[in-house]
Formats: sequence, structure tokens, C-alpha cells
Amino acid sequence: MEELLKCENLSFSYENTGVIKGLSFSVCRGDYLCIVGENGSGKSTLVKGLLGLKSPAEGRIDRSKSLGKGSIGYLPQQTPAQKDFPASVFEVVLSGRLSSRGLLPFYSSEDKSIARANIERLGIEDLVRRSYRDLSGGQQQRVLLARALCAGKTLLLLDEPVTGLDPIVTEEMYRIIYELNTKEGITIIMVSHDINSAVKYASHMLHLNFENSFFGTTQQYIESPMGRYFFAESNSLIRTEKSE
Amino acid sequence: MNYIIEMFSHEFMQKALIGGVLVSLCASLLGVSLVLKRYSMIGDGLSHVGFGALAIASAANIAYITPVEFAIPIVVVAAFFLLRISENGKLKGDAAIAVISTSALAIGITVASMTTGMNTDINSYLFGSIIALTDKDLILSIVLSAVVLVMFVLFYNKIFAVTFDESFAKATGIRANVYNMIIALLTALTIVVGMKMMGSMLITSLIIFPALTSMRVCHRFKTVILFSAVISVVCFVTGLIMSYVYSTPTGAGIVIVNLCAFLIFALIGSISDKISAKNNIK
Repeated sequence: MEELLKCENLSFSYENTGVIKGLSFSVCRGDYLCIVGENGSGKSTLVKGLLGLKSPAEGRIDRSKSLGKGSIGYLPQQTPAQKDFPASVFEVVLSGRLSSRGLLPFYSSEDKSIARANIERLGIEDLVRRSYRDLSGGQQQRVLLARALCAGKTLLLLDEPVTGLDPIVTEEMYRIIYELNTKEGITIIMVSHDINSAVKYASHMLHLNFENSFFGTTQQYIESPMGRYFFAESNSLIRTEKSE
Repeated sequence: MNYIIEMFSHEFMQKALIGGVLVSLCASLLGVSLVLKRYSMIGDGLSHVGFGALAIASAANIAYITPVEFAIPIVVVAAFFLLRISENGKLKGDAAIAVISTSALAIGITVASMTTGMNTDINSYLFGSIIALTDKDLILSIVLSAVVLVMFVLFYNKIFAVTFDESFAKATGIRANVYNMIIALLTALTIVVGMKMMGSMLITSLIIFPALTSMRVCHRFKTVILFSAVISVVCFVTGLIMSYVYSTPTGAGIVIVNLCAFLIFALIGSISDKISAKNNIK
């Protein structure tokens, strides 16, 4: 399998305190990597690093040649200002094509047909003319996912894509992402809070925990002391809820 | 009708009409982006800095440079500065902008009263005046508005992208900071040009009101922008006529017309939202 990303001995600092130290991991084409960890363990910082928006304090990130311009799609966390933004779904999805335009001011008809194709792919054709601010949280996330696919479809970087969604919509969102990975071979890197779903769908796990981070396949993670601790803990919680 | 024709037969009214329509157009286009980015305060800060610069310029009475020309570089620098402040943490930025804008106002007023006194010039810088536009001002406003309009059309898609989602734009390789700077620069130019007619106390309304009004009833970015431009020009012309008829300060009249438009469209918007909500339930 082709290695898309390789991070070696990576360190990041945030507001002058080191959050990530000596982290090494790699992502191959077709992988589904979940990044989990507590708040403040540097998940968002790492995503910024992978996107090239923040340079590591130490270590290096090697990107393969196939991760050039127009290959990475990104689904950022929503900002409060965005939720009531007056823009049509089509306008939002189309804006994913912008980086491929370079300095040209307007979109081509090819850009528009790519946008339409991604709208169909996510099953939101009936929303095309609707306003983004009138959509439900789950619909908004689908729109943003379609936009991410417009920007690039070799690698998708998703930053907590299910935050604020209800359980049914959350499960739907996970299924869509899983299908993009398994059926279309899109490599996924997802930051998540939800260890159970992460373990259920991901092929690889990266658990950030300051100097003792874990990286490996999901199977290795479940069997590791760290995985056993966190995974078993969240499962025992489920059991006690059921017995009540 | 004859009365209106007679009104616009005055040269100063023609100048005010041309200059004002152009400024309202620019302000309304930029306003949509500024309001959505939560940058409305930057406009306010800039106009106060502009007043300070105008007051100092008219006190210094520099040959060959009009006060407006003197104010342009100062307001542009202030725009970059204010943008940087508001990008570093919301709350601190708000306070910093208030400090800068009130300081600039205080310095302007102090300098003015120590030298020329609070004369009609200073008064018109504060509250606007339709007779304030000179030929030179008019030419300047036509040139600057043309620059703003052309740049806005060329960068329309990029402005949309950085307004909607800056982190996504940055991640896909769009230099969001550059476009933020462009927005701030265009805002600075618009404010300087509009300040003499609208008054620095009130010019911000030209930026904020049309955008807010348009957002009550429009649901797409493009229609929000177009409708905001229409609203802005209509409100300006109405306000201008009102201020001629009742001889009130132009800026104040235009703000009041804008306020009325906002209230009317807010009502229309809430009614149509209720109707569509009802239809969805059915």
C-alpha cells in the first residue's frame, strides 16, 4: 500500500507548552485513521499540522506525491457564525472548488458539474436551492462533506464531524464516511471524541496522550493496555446504564 | 416631480447624488462580508480614526493635499491594524477597537477646537453634509468606488469563501489573510470617501444596515449581496431627498431611512419564516 503520510518524531507546542511529543505514525492509501484523546491533548493542533497550517516544533511530516494540491478535503469544526449564514447549499459546495481556480476569478462549468456530482453522492439534491442556515445540523454536515469532496478526494480530514448531532444522524454520518472509505477508497483521518464508534469503523487508531501516545491498527489498540483501559471503561458505562 | 427635478438641477445635489450612490453601493457590498464575519466594529473604529485624521488635516491646512487625501493612508494603516487586533481573540479585540476609536475622536476634537474651532467643517466631518463635496472629492470618490467595485467582483468567490469558512479556505490553500486584508483595505477606502457626506459618526450604518436588512429576507449569498446593494442605493436617495426637503443633516436622514427599511423587512422576514414553517409542518 502506498504511504500517503509519514510523520516522524513529531512535536507541536501550543501557547508555548508542548502538547505533542515524539509522535510517529503513518497513513497508507485506503486507511481509516481515528485520532482520539482528551481535550487539550493536541488533536486540533495535529490536524493543523497535517494540513500544513502549523509547522511542527520538531520532527517532520512527509507527504507522498499524490497528496499534492487538490487532493485533501477538509471538514472543519463549525463556527457559531456559520450556523446562520445566508448562502445556498450549491454556493457552499461549489466553494470547495475554489483552490483549484488559482487566481482565476470565476468557476468553470467543470467546477459546477463536480459540485453537482458530490451533491448527488451525498444524497442532498433536494436541498440544493435551500439556504444553509435553514438546514438541520446533520444536513449542514453533509453539505460541508460534499464541499470537502470538491476540494480533494484522495484524503479526507474530518475534525469531530458528529459534534452536536443526535444519535440517529450521528450513526448516518458515520455510515456515509465509512462508505466513502470502503466503496470509494478515500483515505480518512478523523478526529473523534467517541472511542466506541472510532473502534467500530476505523482501521487504525491514534490515541494522543502527551508523551505516551498509541498508534496501531484498531485490533492492536483494543488489545493494548491503553485501549483496554479506555475502551473497556466506556463499555462498562454502557452496561451499567442498561442495568439501571 | 418638478420639485425633484429642480432639486437635482443644483450642482451640489448632482455631486452628492453621484458620490453618494457610489459610496452606498461599495459600502453595502462590503457590509455583507463584514457583518457575517462579525467585523462590524472595524468599520466603526475606522470612521473614528478617519475623523481624527480629517480634523488634524484641516487644522494643519497642508497645501495641495485635501483633508480626504490626507486621511486615506492613515485609515488604511488603521484598517490593517484593527484587523490584526480582532483576529487575535474576540473580546480583547472589541475593547481595543473601542479604545482606538474613542481616542482618535478625542484627539480630533481637541486638535480642532485648539486651532480652527468647532466650525462647520468639523461639524460636517462629524455628522455629514451634502454641500461638503468638492469637485476633487467627487473625482476621488468615483475613482475609489471603481476600484472597490472591480476588486469586489474579481474577488467575489474568494470573499465568499473566507467569509463563510476561514479555516477551510486556509486548509485548501487560499491565502485567507490576504483576502481579509483586501476586505479591510476596501472598507477603509469606502469609509474615507463616504465620511464627508455621511459624517464619521454615521458612516458605519451605511455598511451595516443594508446587509442586515437584506439578510432578513434573502437566503442566498448572491441575492443577499445584490439586494443589499439595491436597498442601500434606494435608502440613500430617499434620505438625500429628505435631507434636502427638511434641511436636516444628510447622514442622519439616510440612517433613519435605513432603520425604517430594516424594520419593514425584519417584519416581512419573520412573517414569511412563519408561513414557510407552517408549510413544512403540513
